[in-house]
Amino acid sequence: MNAPSATTGNTPMLAVRGVKTYYGNIIALKGIDLDIHAGEIVAMIGANGAGKSTLMMTIFGDPRPREGQVLFEGRDITGMPAHEIARLNIAQSPEGRRIFGRMTVMENLQMGATVTDNAHFEEDLERVFRLFPRLKERVHQRGGTLSGGEQQMLAIGRALMSRPRLLLLDEPSLGLAPLLVKQIFDAIRELNEREKLTVFLVEQNAFHALKLAHRGYVMVNGLITLSGPGRELLQRPEVRAAYLEGGRH
Amino acid sequence: MEYFLQQLINGVTLGAIYGLIAIGYTMVYGIIGMINFAHGDIFMIGAFIALITFLCLVAIGITAVPLALFLVLLVAMALTALYGWTVERVAYRPLRQSFRLAPLISAIGMSIALENFAQVVQGARVKPLPPLITGGFTLTHKGGFTVQLSNVQIMVVVTTVVLMGVFSWLVARTRLGRDMRACEQDLKMASLLGVDVNRTISYTFIIGAALAAVAGIMHLLYYGVIDFYIGFVAGVKAFTAAVLGGIGSLPGAMLGGLLIGLIETFWSAYFSIEYKDVAAFSILVIVLIFLPTGILGRPEVEKV
Repeated sequence: MNAPSATTGNTPMLAVRGVKTYYGNIIALKGIDLDIHAGEIVAMIGANGAGKSTLMMTIFGDPRPREGQVLFEGRDITGMPAHEIARLNIAQSPEGRRIFGRMTVMENLQMGATVTDNAHFEEDLERVFRLFPRLKERVHQRGGTLSGGEQQMLAIGRALMSRPRLLLLDEPSLGLAPLLVKQIFDAIRELNEREKLTVFLVEQNAFHALKLAHRGYVMVNGLITLSGPGRELLQRPEVRAAYLEGGRH
Repeated sequence: MEYFLQQLINGVTLGAIYGLIAIGYTMVYGIIGMINFAHGDIFMIGAFIALITFLCLVAIGITAVPLALFLVLLVAMALTALYGWTVERVAYRPLRQSFRLAPLISAIGMSIALENFAQVVQGARVKPLPPLITGGFTLTHKGGFTVQLSNVQIMVVVTTVVLMGVFSWLVARTRLGRDMRACEQDLKMASLLGVDVNRTISYTFIIGAALAAVAGIMHLLYYGVIDFYIGFVAGVKAFTAAVLGGIGSLPGAMLGGLLIGLIETFWSAYFSIEYKDVAAFSILVIVLIFLPTGILGRPEVEKV
Protein backbone atom coordinates (compact mmCIF):
# COMPACT_ATOMS: atom_id res chain seq x y z
CA MET A 1 0.00 0.00 0.00
CA ASN A 2 1.36 3.38 -0.91
CA ALA A 3 1.27 6.26 1.46
CA PRO A 4 -0.82 8.94 -0.18
CA SER A 5 0.94 11.58 1.85
CA ALA A 6 3.32 13.24 -0.55
CA THR A 7 0.92 13.29 -3.47
CA THR A 8 -2.33 14.66 -2.00
CA GLY A 9 -2.13 18.41 -1.78
CA ASN A 10 0.53 20.50 -0.23
CA THR A 11 -1.05 21.66 3.02
CA PRO A 12 -1.05 18.87 5.57
CA MET A 13 -4.35 18.21 7.29
CA LEU A 14 -2.69 18.57 10.67
CA ALA A 15 0.63 20.26 11.20
CA VAL A 16 2.43 20.54 14.51
CA ARG A 17 5.20 23.13 14.39
CA GLY A 18 7.86 23.45 17.06
CA VAL A 19 5.47 22.72 19.89
CA LYS A 20 6.82 22.99 23.42
CA THR A 21 4.44 22.11 26.22
CA TYR A 22 5.14 22.51 29.92
CA TYR A 23 3.47 21.28 33.06
CA GLY A 24 4.39 24.04 35.44
CA ASN A 25 8.13 24.29 34.98
CA ILE A 26 8.56 20.75 33.74
CA ILE A 27 8.91 20.47 30.01
CA ALA A 28 6.88 17.63 28.52
CA LEU A 29 7.23 18.32 24.79
CA LYS A 30 10.57 19.75 23.76
CA GLY A 31 9.77 20.98 20.28
CA ILE A 32 7.61 18.63 18.25
CA ASP A 33 7.20 18.85 14.48
CA LEU A 34 4.92 16.55 12.58
CA ASP A 35 2.61 16.45 9.59
CA ILE A 36 -0.45 14.36 8.98
CA HIS A 37 -1.86 14.36 5.46
CA ALA A 38 -5.41 13.60 4.43
CA GLY A 39 -6.04 9.87 4.06
CA GLU A 40 -3.03 8.77 6.06
CA ILE A 41 -2.69 6.60 9.11
CA VAL A 42 0.16 8.02 11.16
CA ALA A 43 1.42 6.28 14.28
CA MET A 44 3.49 7.71 17.06
CA ILE A 45 5.23 5.19 19.23
CA GLY A 46 7.12 5.73 22.43
CA ALA A 47 7.46 4.48 25.95
CA ASN A 48 5.29 5.37 28.88
CA GLY A 49 5.82 8.99 29.84
CA ALA A 50 7.43 10.00 26.54
CA GLY A 51 4.81 12.73 26.05
CA LYS A 52 2.48 11.02 23.58
CA SER A 53 -0.72 11.75 25.45
CA THR A 54 0.45 15.28 26.19
CA LEU A 55 0.80 15.76 22.45
CA MET A 56 -2.76 14.50 21.90
CA MET A 57 -4.11 16.91 24.47
CA THR A 58 -1.97 19.76 23.16
CA ILE A 59 -3.49 19.25 19.73
CA PHE A 60 -6.87 19.63 21.44
CA GLY A 61 -5.95 22.96 22.96
CA ASP A 62 -5.31 22.07 26.60
CA PRO A 63 -2.55 22.23 27.80
CA ARG A 64 -1.73 25.16 25.59
CA PRO A 65 1.83 24.96 24.23
CA ARG A 66 4.18 27.64 25.45
CA GLU A 67 5.80 27.79 22.04
CA GLY A 68 4.91 26.61 18.57
CA GLN A 69 1.73 26.14 16.61
CA VAL A 70 -0.89 23.56 15.80
CA LEU A 71 -2.42 24.02 12.35
CA PHE A 72 -5.51 22.24 11.05
CA GLU A 73 -5.80 22.61 7.28
CA GLY A 74 -3.60 25.64 7.50
CA ARG A 75 -5.66 27.29 10.20
CA ASP A 76 -4.06 28.08 13.53
CA ILE A 77 -5.90 26.17 16.26
CA THR A 78 -3.23 26.49 18.96
CA GLY A 79 -4.86 26.65 22.38
CA MET A 80 -8.39 26.94 21.00
CA PRO A 81 -11.14 25.76 23.39
CA ALA A 82 -11.56 22.00 23.04
CA HIS A 83 -15.22 22.16 22.06
CA GLU A 84 -14.41 24.48 19.15
CA ILE A 85 -11.69 22.12 17.96
CA ALA A 86 -14.22 19.28 18.12
CA ARG A 87 -16.50 21.33 15.87
CA LEU A 88 -13.81 21.32 13.19
CA ASN A 89 -14.52 17.57 12.97
CA ILE A 90 -11.49 16.43 14.85
CA ALA A 91 -12.39 13.59 17.21
CA GLN A 92 -10.40 11.95 19.94
CA SER A 93 -10.55 8.67 21.75
CA PRO A 94 -8.42 9.74 24.68
CA GLU A 95 -6.05 8.06 27.06
CA GLY A 96 -7.94 5.91 29.54
CA ARG A 97 -10.98 5.80 27.18
CA ARG A 98 -13.01 8.11 29.44
CA ILE A 99 -16.33 6.43 28.85
CA PHE A 100 -19.25 8.06 30.67
CA GLY A 101 -19.68 5.19 33.10
CA ARG A 102 -23.11 6.14 34.38
CA MET A 103 -24.57 6.62 30.94
CA THR A 104 -25.80 3.87 28.66
CA VAL A 105 -23.88 2.85 25.57
CA MET A 106 -26.54 4.64 23.53
CA GLU A 107 -26.15 7.84 25.51
CA ASN A 108 -22.38 7.67 25.13
CA LEU A 109 -22.84 7.42 21.38
CA GLN A 110 -25.32 10.29 21.44
CA MET A 111 -22.72 12.37 23.25
CA GLY A 112 -20.33 11.49 20.45
CA ALA A 113 -22.76 13.01 17.96
CA THR A 114 -22.76 16.36 19.76
CA VAL A 115 -21.18 18.32 16.93
CA THR A 116 -23.37 16.86 14.15
CA ASP A 117 -26.67 18.17 15.54
CA ASN A 118 -28.12 14.71 14.96
CA ALA A 119 -28.39 15.32 11.23
CA HIS A 120 -27.57 11.71 10.34
CA PHE A 121 -27.67 9.99 13.69
CA GLU A 122 -29.31 6.70 12.65
CA GLU A 123 -26.96 6.25 9.72
CA ASP A 124 -23.87 6.92 11.85
CA LEU A 125 -25.17 4.61 14.54
CA GLU A 126 -25.55 1.79 12.00
CA ARG A 127 -22.01 2.40 10.83
CA VAL A 128 -20.62 2.08 14.35
CA PHE A 129 -22.69 -1.06 15.01
CA ARG A 130 -21.45 -2.61 11.77
CA LEU A 131 -17.89 -1.96 12.86
CA PHE A 132 -18.42 -3.12 16.46
CA PRO A 133 -21.48 -5.43 16.58
CA ARG A 134 -20.79 -6.02 20.26
CA LEU A 135 -21.91 -2.49 21.04
CA LYS A 136 -25.31 -3.17 19.56
CA GLU A 137 -25.84 -6.03 22.01
CA ARG A 138 -24.87 -3.76 24.87
CA VAL A 139 -26.75 -0.68 23.77
CA HIS A 140 -28.86 -0.24 26.91
CA GLN A 141 -26.12 -1.22 29.31
CA ARG A 142 -24.24 1.37 31.32
CA GLY A 143 -20.79 2.26 30.04
CA GLY A 144 -19.19 1.45 33.36
CA THR A 145 -20.34 -2.16 33.21
CA LEU A 146 -18.61 -2.93 29.91
CA SER A 147 -15.40 -4.90 29.68
CA GLY A 148 -12.17 -3.12 28.80
CA GLY A 149 -12.36 -4.16 25.15
CA GLU A 150 -15.96 -3.11 24.85
CA GLN A 151 -15.14 0.22 26.43
CA GLN A 152 -12.40 0.73 23.88
CA MET A 153 -14.84 -0.04 21.08
CA LEU A 154 -17.26 2.41 22.63
CA ALA A 155 -14.59 5.10 22.90
CA ILE A 156 -13.73 4.71 19.22
CA GLY A 157 -17.38 4.39 18.24
CA ARG A 158 -18.23 7.52 20.17
CA ALA A 159 -15.46 9.40 18.37
CA LEU A 160 -16.76 8.14 15.02
CA MET A 161 -20.28 9.41 15.74
CA SER A 162 -19.08 12.94 15.08
CA ARG A 163 -18.14 12.04 11.49
CA PRO A 164 -14.55 13.11 12.05
CA ARG A 165 -12.20 14.07 9.29
CA LEU A 166 -9.29 13.47 11.60
CA LEU A 167 -9.42 10.76 14.26
CA LEU A 168 -6.98 10.85 17.15
CA LEU A 169 -6.57 7.56 19.01
CA ASP A 170 -4.62 7.40 22.24
CA GLU A 171 -3.44 3.86 23.00
CA PRO A 172 -6.37 1.95 21.54
CA SER A 173 -4.68 -1.36 22.39
CA LEU A 174 -3.93 -0.63 26.03
CA GLY A 175 -4.90 -3.47 28.32
CA LEU A 176 -6.63 -5.52 25.65
CA ALA A 177 -6.25 -9.19 24.78
CA PRO A 178 -4.34 -9.83 21.51
CA LEU A 179 -7.47 -10.93 19.67
CA LEU A 180 -9.24 -7.70 20.59
CA VAL A 181 -6.21 -5.63 19.61
CA LYS A 182 -6.34 -7.23 16.18
CA GLN A 183 -10.05 -6.56 15.93
CA ILE A 184 -9.64 -2.89 16.82
CA PHE A 185 -6.72 -2.40 14.44
CA ASP A 186 -8.62 -4.14 11.65
CA ALA A 187 -11.47 -1.73 12.25
CA ILE A 188 -9.11 1.25 11.97
CA ARG A 189 -7.63 -0.10 8.75
CA GLU A 190 -11.10 -0.67 7.32
CA LEU A 191 -12.19 2.88 8.14
CA ASN A 192 -9.09 4.25 6.50
CA GLU A 193 -9.32 2.13 3.37
CA ARG A 194 -13.05 2.34 2.83
CA GLU A 195 -13.77 5.87 3.98
CA LYS A 196 -10.38 7.52 3.58
CA LEU A 197 -10.50 8.48 7.24
CA THR A 198 -7.32 10.18 8.42
CA VAL A 199 -6.04 8.62 11.63
CA PHE A 200 -3.34 9.67 14.05
CA LEU A 201 -2.66 7.08 16.70
CA VAL A 202 -0.35 7.00 19.62
CA GLU A 203 0.77 3.57 20.79
CA GLN A 204 3.11 1.63 23.00
CA ASN A 205 2.30 -1.44 20.97
CA ALA A 206 4.89 -0.59 18.33
CA PHE A 207 4.58 -3.73 16.26
CA HIS A 208 0.87 -3.46 15.50
CA ALA A 209 0.90 0.29 15.21
CA LEU A 210 3.76 0.49 12.72
CA LYS A 211 2.40 -2.40 10.70
CA LEU A 212 -0.86 -0.55 10.36
CA ALA A 213 0.46 2.95 9.78
CA HIS A 214 1.60 4.50 6.54
CA ARG A 215 4.07 6.61 8.44
CA GLY A 216 5.40 6.57 11.92
CA TYR A 217 7.23 8.72 14.43
CA VAL A 218 9.20 7.61 17.45
CA MET A 219 9.04 9.83 20.50
CA VAL A 220 11.57 9.69 23.32
CA ASN A 221 11.38 12.04 26.28
CA GLY A 222 9.38 14.73 24.55
CA LEU A 223 11.36 14.69 21.32
CA ILE A 224 10.85 12.96 18.00
CA THR A 225 13.92 10.86 17.37
CA LEU A 226 12.93 8.95 14.25
CA SER A 227 10.36 9.15 11.52
CA GLY A 228 9.58 7.35 8.32
CA PRO A 229 7.25 4.85 6.65
CA GLY A 230 5.81 2.45 9.19
CA ARG A 231 7.25 -0.76 7.77
CA GLU A 232 10.64 0.85 7.38
CA LEU A 233 10.66 1.91 11.02
CA LEU A 234 9.82 -1.64 11.98
CA GLN A 235 13.07 -2.81 10.42
CA ARG A 236 15.24 -0.24 12.19
CA PRO A 237 17.49 -1.90 14.72
CA GLU A 238 17.03 0.85 17.31
CA VAL A 239 13.25 0.51 17.09
CA ARG A 240 13.47 -3.25 17.30
CA ALA A 241 15.78 -3.03 20.27
CA ALA A 242 13.75 -0.47 22.18
CA TYR A 243 10.19 -1.46 21.41
CA LEU A 244 10.00 -4.92 19.96
CA GLU A 245 12.33 -7.03 22.03
CA GLY A 246 10.54 -9.59 24.07
CA GLY A 247 8.14 -10.49 21.32
CA ARG A 248 5.20 -8.95 19.62
CA HIS A 249 2.26 -8.26 21.84
CA MET B 1 -53.08 10.80 65.68
CA GLU B 2 -54.70 13.98 64.43
CA TYR B 3 -51.81 15.97 65.74
CA PHE B 4 -49.37 13.66 63.94
CA LEU B 5 -51.28 14.01 60.67
CA GLN B 6 -51.26 17.79 60.93
CA GLN B 7 -47.50 17.82 61.54
CA LEU B 8 -46.97 15.46 58.64
CA ILE B 9 -48.76 17.89 56.33
CA ASN B 10 -46.72 20.80 57.66
CA GLY B 11 -43.47 18.85 57.39
CA VAL B 12 -44.06 17.80 53.79
CA THR B 13 -44.79 21.40 52.84
CA LEU B 14 -41.60 22.64 54.46
CA GLY B 15 -39.66 19.74 52.96
CA ALA B 16 -40.88 20.65 49.47
CA ILE B 17 -39.43 24.13 49.83
CA TYR B 18 -36.10 22.78 51.10
CA GLY B 19 -36.02 20.21 48.33
CA LEU B 20 -36.36 22.86 45.62
CA ILE B 21 -33.43 24.80 47.04
CA ALA B 22 -31.37 21.65 47.63
CA ILE B 23 -31.52 20.78 43.91
CA GLY B 24 -29.50 23.92 43.16
CA TYR B 25 -26.77 22.92 45.60
CA THR B 26 -26.54 19.37 44.39
CA MET B 27 -26.52 20.22 40.67
CA VAL B 28 -23.73 22.73 40.98
CA TYR B 29 -21.74 20.40 43.19
CA GLY B 30 -22.23 17.56 40.71
CA ILE B 31 -20.86 19.55 37.79
CA ILE B 32 -18.10 21.75 39.17
CA GLY B 33 -17.53 20.19 42.58
CA MET B 34 -18.08 23.33 44.59
CA ILE B 35 -20.66 24.31 47.18
CA ASN B 36 -22.41 27.43 45.98
CA PHE B 37 -22.89 29.10 49.33
CA ALA B 38 -24.64 32.04 47.67
CA HIS B 39 -27.48 29.78 46.59
CA GLY B 40 -29.52 30.40 49.74
CA ASP B 41 -29.30 34.11 49.05
CA ILE B 42 -30.41 33.55 45.48
CA PHE B 43 -33.52 32.03 47.05
CA MET B 44 -33.92 35.17 49.19
CA ILE B 45 -33.50 37.40 46.11
CA GLY B 46 -36.18 35.29 44.40
CA ALA B 47 -38.56 35.92 47.29
CA PHE B 48 -37.93 39.67 47.15
CA ILE B 49 -38.39 39.83 43.39
CA ALA B 50 -41.68 37.97 43.85
CA LEU B 51 -42.85 40.40 46.52
CA ILE B 52 -41.93 43.44 44.44
CA THR B 53 -43.63 41.94 41.39
CA PHE B 54 -46.80 41.32 43.42
CA LEU B 55 -46.85 44.92 44.57
CA CYS B 56 -46.27 46.18 41.03
CA LEU B 57 -49.08 44.02 39.70
CA VAL B 58 -51.43 45.32 42.36
CA ALA B 59 -50.37 48.86 41.52
CA ILE B 60 -51.28 48.43 37.86
CA GLY B 61 -54.54 46.78 38.81
CA ILE B 62 -53.96 43.09 38.17
CA THR B 63 -55.55 41.55 41.23
CA ALA B 64 -56.91 38.26 39.92
CA VAL B 65 -54.94 35.83 42.07
CA PRO B 66 -54.26 33.04 39.54
CA LEU B 67 -53.11 35.47 36.86
CA ALA B 68 -51.01 37.44 39.32
CA LEU B 69 -49.40 34.26 40.64
CA PHE B 70 -48.58 33.08 37.17
CA LEU B 71 -46.99 36.40 36.23
CA VAL B 72 -45.05 36.53 39.49
CA LEU B 73 -43.77 33.02 38.87
CA LEU B 74 -42.54 33.98 35.40
CA VAL B 75 -40.95 37.26 36.39
CA ALA B 76 -39.31 35.93 39.55
CA MET B 77 -37.93 32.85 37.81
CA ALA B 78 -36.52 34.88 34.94
CA LEU B 79 -34.92 37.62 37.03
CA THR B 80 -33.57 35.25 39.67
CA ALA B 81 -32.11 33.08 36.92
CA LEU B 82 -30.33 36.18 35.70
CA TYR B 83 -28.90 36.65 39.20
CA GLY B 84 -27.74 33.03 39.26
CA TRP B 85 -26.09 33.37 35.88
CA THR B 86 -24.38 36.61 36.89
CA VAL B 87 -23.06 35.18 40.15
CA GLU B 88 -21.42 32.30 38.29
CA ARG B 89 -20.06 34.59 35.60
CA VAL B 90 -18.64 37.17 38.01
CA ALA B 91 -17.58 35.19 41.05
CA TYR B 92 -16.89 31.60 40.00
CA ARG B 93 -15.89 31.33 36.36
CA PRO B 94 -12.77 33.50 36.65
CA LEU B 95 -11.60 31.19 39.45
CA ARG B 96 -12.26 27.90 37.69
CA GLN B 97 -8.55 27.20 37.06
CA SER B 98 -7.60 28.40 40.51
CA PHE B 99 -7.06 26.32 43.64
CA ARG B 100 -10.00 24.36 44.94
CA LEU B 101 -10.95 26.61 47.83
CA ALA B 102 -10.95 29.83 45.80
CA PRO B 103 -14.50 29.57 44.38
CA LEU B 104 -15.75 28.47 47.79
CA ILE B 105 -14.40 31.61 49.44
CA SER B 106 -15.75 33.64 46.56
CA ALA B 107 -19.16 32.03 47.13
CA ILE B 108 -19.18 33.04 50.78
CA GLY B 109 -18.28 36.57 49.71
CA MET B 110 -21.08 36.54 47.16
CA SER B 111 -23.50 35.36 49.82
CA ILE B 112 -22.58 38.24 52.13
CA ALA B 113 -22.73 40.69 49.24
CA LEU B 114 -26.23 39.59 48.21
CA GLU B 115 -27.52 39.73 51.79
CA ASN B 116 -26.17 43.21 52.32
CA PHE B 117 -27.44 44.33 48.96
CA ALA B 118 -30.95 43.25 49.90
CA GLN B 119 -30.62 44.82 53.33
CA VAL B 120 -29.49 48.16 51.93
CA VAL B 121 -31.94 48.30 49.06
CA GLN B 122 -34.99 46.79 50.80
CA GLY B 123 -34.31 47.67 54.41
CA ALA B 124 -33.68 45.35 57.30
CA ARG B 125 -37.26 45.15 58.48
CA VAL B 126 -39.52 42.20 57.83
CA LYS B 127 -41.65 42.59 54.70
CA PRO B 128 -45.18 41.28 54.90
CA LEU B 129 -47.46 40.11 52.13
CA PRO B 130 -51.16 39.77 52.90
CA PRO B 131 -52.32 36.18 52.41
CA LEU B 132 -53.24 35.70 48.77
CA ILE B 133 -54.33 32.12 48.89
CA THR B 134 -56.72 31.51 51.71
CA GLY B 135 -58.95 28.71 52.82
CA GLY B 136 -58.40 25.02 52.78
CA PHE B 137 -59.91 21.75 53.82
CA THR B 138 -60.69 20.41 57.21
CA LEU B 139 -59.69 16.78 57.03
CA THR B 140 -60.87 15.59 60.41
CA HIS B 141 -62.25 17.19 63.46
CA LYS B 142 -62.00 14.94 66.46
CA GLY B 143 -61.52 15.49 70.15
CA GLY B 144 -61.30 19.22 69.75
CA PHE B 145 -58.37 19.03 67.32
CA THR B 146 -58.80 20.06 63.71
CA VAL B 147 -56.55 18.78 60.96
CA GLN B 148 -56.24 21.45 58.31
CA LEU B 149 -54.89 21.15 54.81
CA SER B 150 -54.64 24.69 53.53
CA ASN B 151 -54.78 25.67 49.89
CA VAL B 152 -51.32 27.20 50.16
CA GLN B 153 -49.93 23.88 51.31
CA ILE B 154 -51.61 22.09 48.42
CA MET B 155 -50.18 24.64 46.02
CA VAL B 156 -46.68 24.37 47.46
CA VAL B 157 -46.61 20.59 47.27
CA VAL B 158 -48.27 20.32 43.85
CA THR B 159 -45.99 22.94 42.32
CA THR B 160 -42.95 21.24 43.78
CA VAL B 161 -43.94 17.82 42.52
CA VAL B 162 -44.66 19.18 39.04
CA LEU B 163 -41.38 21.10 38.90
CA MET B 164 -39.36 18.15 40.09
CA GLY B 165 -41.05 16.01 37.47
CA VAL B 166 -40.25 18.49 34.72
CA PHE B 167 -36.72 18.87 35.99
CA SER B 168 -36.09 15.12 36.21
CA TRP B 169 -37.39 14.75 32.68
CA LEU B 170 -35.08 17.52 31.52
CA VAL B 171 -32.05 15.85 33.06
CA ALA B 172 -32.90 12.35 31.89
CA ARG B 173 -34.30 12.98 28.42
CA THR B 174 -33.16 16.22 26.84
CA ARG B 175 -29.96 17.12 25.10
CA LEU B 176 -29.16 19.75 27.72
CA GLY B 177 -29.70 17.24 30.50
CA ARG B 178 -27.43 14.74 28.80
CA ASP B 179 -24.75 17.38 28.40
CA MET B 180 -25.13 18.23 32.07
CA ARG B 181 -24.73 14.61 33.10
CA ALA B 182 -21.73 14.24 30.81
CA CYS B 183 -20.11 17.32 32.35
CA GLU B 184 -20.87 15.95 35.78
CA GLN B 185 -19.03 12.72 34.99
CA ASP B 186 -16.08 14.06 33.01
CA LEU B 187 -15.84 17.76 32.12
CA LYS B 188 -12.77 17.31 29.98
CA MET B 189 -14.23 14.47 27.93
CA ALA B 190 -17.44 16.40 27.39
CA SER B 191 -15.43 19.29 25.97
CA LEU B 192 -13.47 16.92 23.69
CA LEU B 193 -16.80 15.81 22.25
CA GLY B 194 -17.82 19.37 21.46
CA VAL B 195 -19.88 20.28 24.52
CA ASP B 196 -19.46 23.92 25.44
CA VAL B 197 -18.72 23.30 29.09
CA ASN B 198 -18.99 26.94 30.17
CA ARG B 199 -22.41 27.24 28.61
CA THR B 200 -23.60 24.03 30.24
CA ILE B 201 -22.41 25.30 33.61
CA SER B 202 -24.24 28.58 33.03
CA TYR B 203 -27.45 26.68 32.31
CA THR B 204 -26.97 24.74 35.51
CA PHE B 205 -26.83 27.96 37.51
CA ILE B 206 -29.80 29.39 35.61
CA ILE B 207 -31.97 26.35 36.28
CA GLY B 208 -30.88 26.10 39.91
CA ALA B 209 -31.68 29.77 40.48
CA ALA B 210 -35.07 29.49 38.79
CA LEU B 211 -35.99 26.60 41.08
CA ALA B 212 -34.77 28.59 44.07
CA ALA B 213 -36.97 31.47 42.94
CA VAL B 214 -39.99 29.18 43.01
CA ALA B 215 -38.99 28.13 46.52
CA GLY B 216 -38.76 31.84 47.38
CA ILE B 217 -42.31 32.42 46.15
CA MET B 218 -43.52 29.43 48.15
CA HIS B 219 -41.83 30.75 51.25
CA LEU B 220 -43.41 34.17 50.71
CA LEU B 221 -46.88 32.73 50.24
CA TYR B 222 -46.61 30.19 53.02
CA TYR B 223 -45.15 32.37 55.76
CA GLY B 224 -46.34 35.74 54.49
CA VAL B 225 -43.17 37.51 55.59
CA ILE B 226 -39.62 37.71 54.29
CA ASP B 227 -36.47 39.57 55.19
CA PHE B 228 -32.94 39.80 53.88
CA TYR B 229 -31.77 37.03 56.20
CA ILE B 230 -34.10 34.17 55.17
CA GLY B 231 -31.56 33.00 52.60
CA PHE B 232 -28.98 32.13 55.19
CA VAL B 233 -31.15 29.89 57.31
CA ALA B 234 -32.98 28.23 54.43
CA GLY B 235 -29.72 27.91 52.52
CA VAL B 236 -27.98 26.07 55.34
CA LYS B 237 -30.98 23.79 55.78
CA ALA B 238 -31.21 23.03 52.08
CA PHE B 239 -27.49 22.41 51.93
CA THR B 240 -27.90 19.99 54.82
CA ALA B 241 -30.71 18.35 52.88
CA ALA B 242 -28.49 17.95 49.84
CA VAL B 243 -25.71 16.39 51.91
CA LEU B 244 -28.14 14.17 53.77
CA GLY B 245 -29.62 12.86 50.51
CA GLY B 246 -26.18 12.48 48.97
CA ILE B 247 -24.63 15.54 47.39
CA GLY B 248 -24.54 15.27 43.62
CA SER B 249 -27.67 13.13 43.51
CA LEU B 250 -30.90 14.73 42.33
CA PRO B 251 -33.34 12.25 43.89
CA GLY B 252 -31.14 12.56 46.98
CA ALA B 253 -31.72 16.31 47.13
CA MET B 254 -35.48 15.85 46.91
CA LEU B 255 -35.48 13.11 49.53
CA GLY B 256 -33.10 15.03 51.77
CA GLY B 257 -35.29 18.12 51.59
CA LEU B 258 -38.34 16.13 52.54
CA LEU B 259 -36.54 14.47 55.45
CA ILE B 260 -35.16 17.72 56.85
CA GLY B 261 -38.62 19.29 56.60
CA LEU B 262 -40.18 16.35 58.44
CA ILE B 263 -37.48 16.11 61.11
CA GLU B 264 -37.68 19.79 61.84
CA THR B 265 -41.47 19.82 62.04
CA PHE B 266 -41.82 16.72 64.18
CA TRP B 267 -39.08 17.77 66.52
CA SER B 268 -40.75 21.14 67.00
CA ALA B 269 -44.11 19.48 67.54
CA TYR B 270 -43.11 16.79 70.00
CA PHE B 271 -40.00 18.11 71.72
CA SER B 272 -39.03 21.72 71.56
CA ILE B 273 -39.26 24.29 68.85
CA GLU B 274 -36.13 26.07 70.09
CA TYR B 275 -34.01 23.04 69.30
CA LYS B 276 -35.39 22.23 65.85
CA ASP B 277 -32.19 23.25 64.11
CA VAL B 278 -30.16 21.17 66.53
CA ALA B 279 -32.31 18.19 65.60
CA ALA B 280 -31.89 18.69 61.86
CA PHE B 281 -28.13 19.09 62.07
CA SER B 282 -27.69 16.25 64.57
CA ILE B 283 -29.40 13.89 62.16
CA LEU B 284 -27.00 15.14 59.52
CA VAL B 285 -24.01 14.39 61.72
CA ILE B 286 -25.28 10.91 62.52
CA VAL B 287 -26.01 10.10 58.89
CA LEU B 288 -22.60 11.32 57.80
CA ILE B 289 -20.87 9.16 60.38
CA PHE B 290 -22.56 5.99 59.17
CA LEU B 291 -23.24 6.91 55.53
CA PRO B 292 -20.54 9.39 54.52
CA THR B 293 -21.91 9.76 51.01
CA GLY B 294 -25.45 10.47 52.16
CA ILE B 295 -28.50 8.33 51.64
CA LEU B 296 -28.49 8.13 47.84
CA GLY B 297 -24.98 9.34 47.10
CA ARG B 298 -22.44 7.14 45.46
CA PRO B 299 -18.92 6.59 46.68
CA GLU B 300 -16.20 8.55 44.92
CA VAL B 301 -14.75 5.80 42.77
CA GLU B 302 -15.39 4.56 39.26
CA LYS B 303 -12.62 6.59 37.60
CA VAL B 304 -10.64 4.32 35.30
